[in-house]
Amino acid sequence: MTQIVQMKGMNKYFGKLHVLKDIDLSVEQGEVVVIIGASGSGKSTLIRCVNGLEEFESGHLEVDGQALAPKGGNQSTLATIRKEVGMVFQQFNLFPHLTVKKNIMLAPQKVKDTPKTVANANADRLLERVGIASQADKYPSHLSGGQQQRVAIARALAMEPRLMLFDEPTSALDPEMIGEVLDVMRELAKEGMTMMVVTHEMGFAREVADRVIYIHEGKIVEEGKPSDVFDNPQNERTQAFLSRVLAH
Amino acid sequence: MESQFQFDWQAAINSIPFLVKGIPYTLMISFGGLAIGFALGIFFGLLSINKNWFLKWPATAYIEIFRGTPILVQVLFIFYGLPDLIGGPIDPITAGIAAIALNSGAYISEVVRGGVQSIAKGQSEAGLSLGLSRTQTFWSITWPQAFRRMIPPLGNQAIVSIKDTSLFSVIGVGELVRQGQIYIASTFTAFEVYFVIAIMYLAITLSLSLILRLVERRGLASV
Repeated sequence: MTQIVQMKGMNKYFGKLHVLKDIDLSVEQGEVVVIIGASGSGKSTLIRCVNGLEEFESGHLEVDGQALAPKGGNQSTLATIRKEVGMVFQQFNLFPHLTVKKNIMLAPQKVKDTPKTVANANADRLLERVGIASQADKYPSHLSGGQQQRVAIARALAMEPRLMLFDEPTSALDPEMIGEVLDVMRELAKEGMTMMVVTHEMGFAREVADRVIYIHEGKIVEEGKPSDVFDNPQNERTQAFLSRVLAH
Repeated sequence: MESQFQFDWQAAINSIPFLVKGIPYTLMISFGGLAIGFALGIFFGLLSINKNWFLKWPATAYIEIFRGTPILVQVLFIFYGLPDLIGGPIDPITAGIAAIALNSGAYISEVVRGGVQSIAKGQSEAGLSLGLSRTQTFWSITWPQAFRRMIPPLGNQAIVSIKDTSLFSVIGVGELVRQGQIYIASTFTAFEVYFVIAIMYLAITLSLSLILRLVERRGLASV
């Protein structure tokens, strides 16, 4: 199996705050890794390091065979990695000045020089895939949160990434819209997309993840198959966390 | 003593053809200056956001100097002072355009800085995460959104600069106020003439406000 992400002894600080502590983690092609943990545990920071939105201070990080050096690395490595890694944000971060379709077409045209007609056809296909073909010419602000997040997924997929990062993709959504976004993610996992997902949706984690990772105060304290982590957590921190989040 | 003053409509109407000759100068100096000021504003505004201190401080110095001194002093300095330095006279229209450009440029720098900084960080993160370079991210994502937010304060600055050109009567530019002064010198109808001049400024600034409101409405419709 090919390893898409490899982290070894990775450390990250925000000023004096030690947010990631000696992280060792690898993700194989086609694997779905769900990262859980309390807010402030460093789980979002962890996946933001993968595409260089956060710099780390020491350790080793390799994404799709490209080593990203501590403290930002060089711009061309970053660019290569970002072309291969898609990201979906908690707040969607769609471009409000562009229509839904233009949101999706922008990166392929600018980064890969995809001809407009091809980018356009791809956008149509992707919108179909996430179930919102009818909204193509609307502006993001006219869409519901769930629809916006599905557009954001389509936008990331338009670059044909080898790895998708999801940073709490359903946390900003009204409860009735969470399902439609998780459905798209489930579909994506089924098609073999490599995914790193930070989420509070334990049901999704249990069902879709190949591996669940529990982070506590910047440290990976538990890692394993969902059934093992959820039903038989070894670490007492994990037990405490799960009893809190699964209680209701 | 009771005032015998009566507004002389005929005098007001008679002054119009002479005063109107000042309008092209008023417009040329204000819009010429504003166009350069906009370029200066983008340049120094973007420099001032830079994290690099060596790029940031010239921008900060420029903004503080031209925002912190009166435009009247600036234009007097350019018109009467600079010729000593460059060894030749500067024509009053050039001096006027330069003063508007440098002065509005300082304010527009702040408008640009504020506009760009008001765009959420998530927007550029989304651009970068899609593989766009910093430059591409800025010009295709941050800037178009920032520019929309800049339209109202830019309009405001345009109106301020148009009115500022009235000060250039002191260096002899034949703009509206200067034309008025010349006219009054032979007719002694100060009240009527300044009244007409005020109406002319209002006509210019109100038309601009109207245009800006239309542009703004169109631009913001999508956001």
